[in-house]
Amino acid sequence: MALVPQILFLILTVVAIWLFRKKVIEIKRNIFLGRPEDLNNHSSERWKNLFLLALGQKKMFKNPLVAIMHLVLYAGFIIINIEVLEIVLDGVLGTHRLFLPFLGAAYAWLINAFEVLALLVLIVCVIFLVRRNMIKLKRFVSKDLNGWPRTDANYILITEIILMALFLTMNAIDLVLQTRGLEHYRPTGDFLISSQLGPLLQGFSSGALVVFERICWWLHIAGIFTFLNYLPYSKHLHIMLAFPNAYYARLEPQGKMHNMVSVQNEVLYAMQPALAPTDAAAPASFGAKDIFDLSWKNLLDAYSCTECGRCTSACPANTTGKLLSPRKIMMDTRDRLEEVGKNINANKNFVDDGKMLLHNYISVEELRACTTCNACVEACPVSISPLEIILELRRSLIMEESNAPQEWNGTFSNIENNFAPWKFSPNDRDQWTKEN
Amino acid sequence: MKVRTMAEMMQSGETPEILFWVGCAGSFDQRAQKITKAFATILDKVGINFAILGKEEACTGDPARRAGNEFLFQMMAYQNIQILNGYGIKKIVTTCPHCFNTLKNEYPELGGSYEVMHHASFLQQLIDEGKIKIKEGGDFKGKKITYHDSCYLGRSNNIYEAPRKVLEALDSELIEMKRCKSNGLCCGAGGAQMFKEDEPGDKRINIERTDEALTTGASIIAAACPFCNTMMTDGVKNREQESTVAVLDIAELIAASME
Repeated sequence: MALVPQILFLILTVVAIWLFRKKVIEIKRNIFLGRPEDLNNHSSERWKNLFLLALGQKKMFKNPLVAIMHLVLYAGFIIINIEVLEIVLDGVLGTHRLFLPFLGAAYAWLINAFEVLALLVLIVCVIFLVRRNMIKLKRFVSKDLNGWPRTDANYILITEIILMALFLTMNAIDLVLQTRGLEHYRPTGDFLISSQLGPLLQGFSSGALVVFERICWWLHIAGIFTFLNYLPYSKHLHIMLAFPNAYYARLEPQGKMHNMVSVQNEVLYAMQPALAPTDAAAPASFGAKDIFDLSWKNLLDAYSCTECGRCTSACPANTTGKLLSPRKIMMDTRDRLEEVGKNINANKNFVDDGKMLLHNYISVEELRACTTCNACVEACPVSISPLEIILELRRSLIMEESNAPQEWNGTFSNIENNFAPWKFSPNDRDQWTKEN
Repeated sequence: MKVRTMAEMMQSGETPEILFWVGCAGSFDQRAQKITKAFATILDKVGINFAILGKEEACTGDPARRAGNEFLFQMMAYQNIQILNGYGIKKIVTTCPHCFNTLKNEYPELGGSYEVMHHASFLQQLIDEGKIKIKEGGDFKGKKITYHDSCYLGRSNNIYEAPRKVLEALDSELIEMKRCKSNGLCCGAGGAQMFKEDEPGDKRINIERTDEALTTGASIIAAACPFCNTMMTDGVKNREQESTVAVLDIAELIAASME
């Protein structure tokens, strides 16, 4: 009978990790539905980006107050999860506070550090909830977040508050039980934060407190496992993917557009037919109309996006009332990718569903509003480029669908015939040298 | 001042120090021509041996590429690279950030590798070397100037300090807009927006940016891009401030202040 909790715990752990692993494999498969692209060069620069942008959260510090709160939340949450190691081992071995005998006095010190962080995390989560729901910050009230995305954001904050509260309550009960000389609850030394809750618990019988303590313990660890499995379905996945995304961030100047070698060669062979290989096949398609045509990095971007909206609030088109929202571009890409992923899960291979990222998710009007100013790229704390996706979709519009506004068709024909976007005679190009 | 073309230089067996890439706006747009002339005047005064491509220059393809027309871009790039390589061009200076970005970042992988500088960096270099000397008590001394960052110079290529250093040489008072440097707000022209009507919205981007510039109280809005210049000039006119606020390129400011 004594083994029952241990067996239950083991089953819970194995199931949680197995489910998580399954979803991670699925996400990885989805990301690599994108075009291959080699981004393994310049590893030292890439490691630097990983440390500065992901670990150091460099870009968050454009707003220092929010950056510090976010850092507390993130560092706190990660560090507190070291405690999970002990909890898991306790669960499997049927022990209680396994590390206590090994660490001695240092144990209380460590738990105290966790408790301070837990309290800070809790406070920051409350502030963030208020910020999200009461202060009408433009990027949070935006229609981009209507429905599930807004709920998702709140669920994450609420879950973290609950997990921290469970951790602190569990410790508080433990402290009270220690004073009652129960065999299981050995003295640990005082805990800084949870000891404050002691007076509230004194009135309960030891039996009730043991039950409470166990409930907190189980809910806390079950909560963590649930949260782990919630992550891949949530915008919160950024806590993991920010790292690879920073590592694989583009290292070239932001102004450089991705070259289309196929078109470059087409033009070269048209100009110098002698160079054309006899078996030269025309490229299958131009630009991107669906997620399959984007680079895997664009798809990693989509999964890394936490929908914070810094891109959209920096976007000149969006802030002047145009339909384009770079955040929505990323959310649409992820939604479409997830849809394709589910299609593959159901049918083994992708079966045409008559939908595309272009038109079905992202409209022409959105794409047309972009000034390619790179404000969205610059603003993103986790190295996402909405601009790359916009430009690839624009390529498809023009080259696959000949879908251009009338004025652009005029511009193209001027460039082609007069070598300038306006209808001037190329002979007048140096006219300015003759005037004073 | 006689501006010579590469073809003329070639004929007389000369090699210029730099090729001045004028760009389409600089060649044809009446307002931008003044920037072109100002920069050519500076080069001439400083005694730099330069040439232009003249009739042989063509659009770099930037607006076509950003609109999505890769074919047209590749055609333009091919032609330009043929010409540039044919003349054995080593160093290019341009007054247009869009041309600058394309020539510097996008032509190398197509076979066109040159040392490319934007005139902001080039002017800064000339000032640092003491080749450009600013008049004592120049026209802009003590005047409030705000600098509008061009996206293709700033975020695209991380050039924020050079144009500001150039303006500092004028001994004027440089005031930053709320959104500046890497947070700078676009003028609304990039990505081929210059060549079409705006999408439906509440406000034109150039008006938004001009309003921000006007709030600084500056009497001069300095730009380093012919397209930004057009957009900001339109904005100032729209707000009926053209009698009190001038939109000027850094080259024009320097040309008017040189000894």
